Amino acid sequence: MKVTKLALLMGMTALVPTLSHADTLDDVMKKGVLNCGVSTGIPGFSAADSKGVWKGLDVDYCRAVASAVFGDASKVKYFPLTAKERFTALQSGEIDLLSRATTWTATRDTSLGLTFAGVNYYDGQGFLVSTKLGVSSAKELDGATFCIQAGTTTELNLTDYFKSNGMEYKAVTYDTSGQTIDGFKNGRCDAVTSDASQLYGLKLKMDDPASVVVLPEVISKEPLGPVVRQGDEKWFKIARWALYATLEAEELGVSSSNVDAMLKSENPGVKRLLGVTGQHGKDLGLKNDWAYQIVKQAGNYGEMFDKNVGKDSPVKIDRGLNKLWNQGGLMYSMPVR
Amino acid sequence: MKNKQLPTDGNGFLNNPHYRAILFQVVALAAVIFCGFYFANNMFDNIASRGISTGFSFLNNTAGFGISQTLIHYDDGTSTFLDVFIIGLLNTLLVSVLGIIFASIIGLLLGVARLSSNYLVSKLALVYIETFRNIPILLQILFWYNVVLAALPSPRQSLSYLDSVYLNNRGLLLPEPIFESGSLAILIAFVIAVLSVIFLVRWSRKRHDETGQDFPIVKVSLAILVIAPCLVYFVAGQPISAEYPELKGFNFKGGLTIIPELLALLFALSIYTATYIAEAVRAGIESVPKGQKEAAKSLGLKDYVILTKVVLPQALRVIIPPVINQFLNLTKNSSLATAIGYPELVTLFSGTTLNQVGQAIEIILMTMAVYLVISILISLLLNWVNAKMAIKGR
Repeated sequence: MKVTKLALLMGMTALVPTLSHADTLDDVMKKGVLNCGVSTGIPGFSAADSKGVWKGLDVDYCRAVASAVFGDASKVKYFPLTAKERFTALQSGEIDLLSRATTWTATRDTSLGLTFAGVNYYDGQGFLVSTKLGVSSAKELDGATFCIQAGTTTELNLTDYFKSNGMEYKAVTYDTSGQTIDGFKNGRCDAVTSDASQLYGLKLKMDDPASVVVLPEVISKEPLGPVVRQGDEKWFKIARWALYATLEAEELGVSSSNVDAMLKSENPGVKRLLGVTGQHGKDLGLKNDWAYQIVKQAGNYGEMFDKNVGKDSPVKIDRGLNKLWNQGGLMYSMPVR
Repeated sequence: MKNKQLPTDGNGFLNNPHYRAILFQVVALAAVIFCGFYFANNMFDNIASRGISTGFSFLNNTAGFGISQTLIHYDDGTSTFLDVFIIGLLNTLLVSVLGIIFASIIGLLLGVARLSSNYLVSKLALVYIETFRNIPILLQILFWYNVVLAALPSPRQSLSYLDSVYLNNRGLLLPEPIFESGSLAILIAFVIAVLSVIFLVRWSRKRHDETGQDFPIVKVSLAILVIAPCLVYFVAGQPISAEYPELKGFNFKGGLTIIPELLALLFALSIYTATYIAEAVRAGIESVPKGQKEAAKSLGLKDYVILTKVVLPQALRVIIPPVINQFLNLTKNSSLATAIGYPELVTLFSGTTLNQVGQAIEIILMTMAVYLVISILISLLLNWVNAKMAIKGR
């Protein structure tokens, strides 16, 4: 099944003589819709709700780009992709943008014909274990069996961590995150290891969330961010600045509720961001109100975070590293000027 | 008066049907080759223009992830993607070979049971066949996996037998034989025993042909095969010992572990494929005309002689071709293991490796080539068997 889909995507690279992606913006404008690759269901990042509406931090980023391009956040078509399919889908042109909790690594940035546009969530790999095991630290997991999702940086980090601590482990590798958590529920493994943000989501999916615990150790750096195809600078810059606009808006105190009032603000920074002065939108190849539309329809970064994974969500993850730079975090927008 | 003839000597090259046929074949072949080149060329152009890495040099890179079942030595710090490929291939072959053996045994028994004159036996076989043949194989794999996992206890509450065999939701744990120096003698004794049995069989057949006297070949062969290696085992000072699995920390250490993914996959593939083999066996036996059996009976032959000398040789000609197909299907169906995480070729290589490396075209081509080669080898082997079985004009 999965192989057929991959083979189809590969077939496309063979059949179409000159699949020119020189101007993705032009293609997207002609189609009238943004094809955005998301996950098959990571709570808080990208998951369809009971009505089939896609929600999450990564989904809101897709909506932000659509707002900047079309002035309409709803003009997005979501493509749920497994970890294995995601890069091929972007390489072959099936999607215009990959926003799927994807870790930025050197291999992925340099050898796949892809470019990371930025980081929208600073994550790290953690462990989820049953409280029955009586374990309080990852250092006590010598000899344990782990359930992992295939094709992720998780697998490699686990090996590195256990090697460097002189411990042994066994891995059972599943295709999707659903199978992974089922394996854990059935007792096939002692622990699940994945990005910490996802573990909090998985914890909620357990029949009794109090029966499992996320261990304190974070064993890796997992900067998650959106990805575009290499070789289209114009589209890459739109993807990068759509992310910066959400951060800059939070820093300047512009939110979806006050953005209309902010149009009359005397703050020169706000004026530049919202396109009252300057022509940053035009220079990007967009309308001058691009950032106004992003904040109005998709919200600023703080709003997206709180709504999907932060204090207003069921997952309630602490902002930690994802705070703005002037509040002790790593989120830093290049200046809009 | 002359008879009308085909215009073989018409005016020109194109009017000659013989040359025209050749011409069409040449044109068709040229078109196929051209398309192949065109597609390959486009593919390489597109890959190059997008800056995607190509080539097979990734096979020498360190893999660096854990694998739950490895038949050869694997170290997740130093082993390469080529090792991963070989491990995946071996795991595919393991489950396929075991599956083919079990499916054939179950299928043969079911096929015979289906024709049994015992009402209950034949109806039970019918119900089995119709049930398992009509449920998609993927569902059966998931069913057995979840049943196996849900029904088994955790390692600390393992079911155990004689404190050496344990069963829990991490798998079936068996004592692992440890071969010390001197084990080679046992192997040599076994090989000699096998050779002498082959010789004995030929001799007894010849004697039977010449004198008509029977020789208790089965009993004598079994005795040779068992007694010779055992004798050497004790003479050489019992050089084979066993390492028993022991509960340490979370899991058992030592011994052989058969992982639940393999058990579930083997269960599902054998049970499913056996239904088709059973139907092929039934069709084969029914294809032998009744008159053949009646004729054999009227000659006064015993029942098992009728089965082995009259019915089976003729039935096998009908049975073998569809059974070859089922063996091929079983091998290909083993790739569905990706749904339960059994580390076979598709899961390991075109799954995990593909995503770590990102070179989809090379990896998928290698995977497809493996299945093609396995399938062609199985067909060649069984076509050869089929040719040996074919009716020979005498």
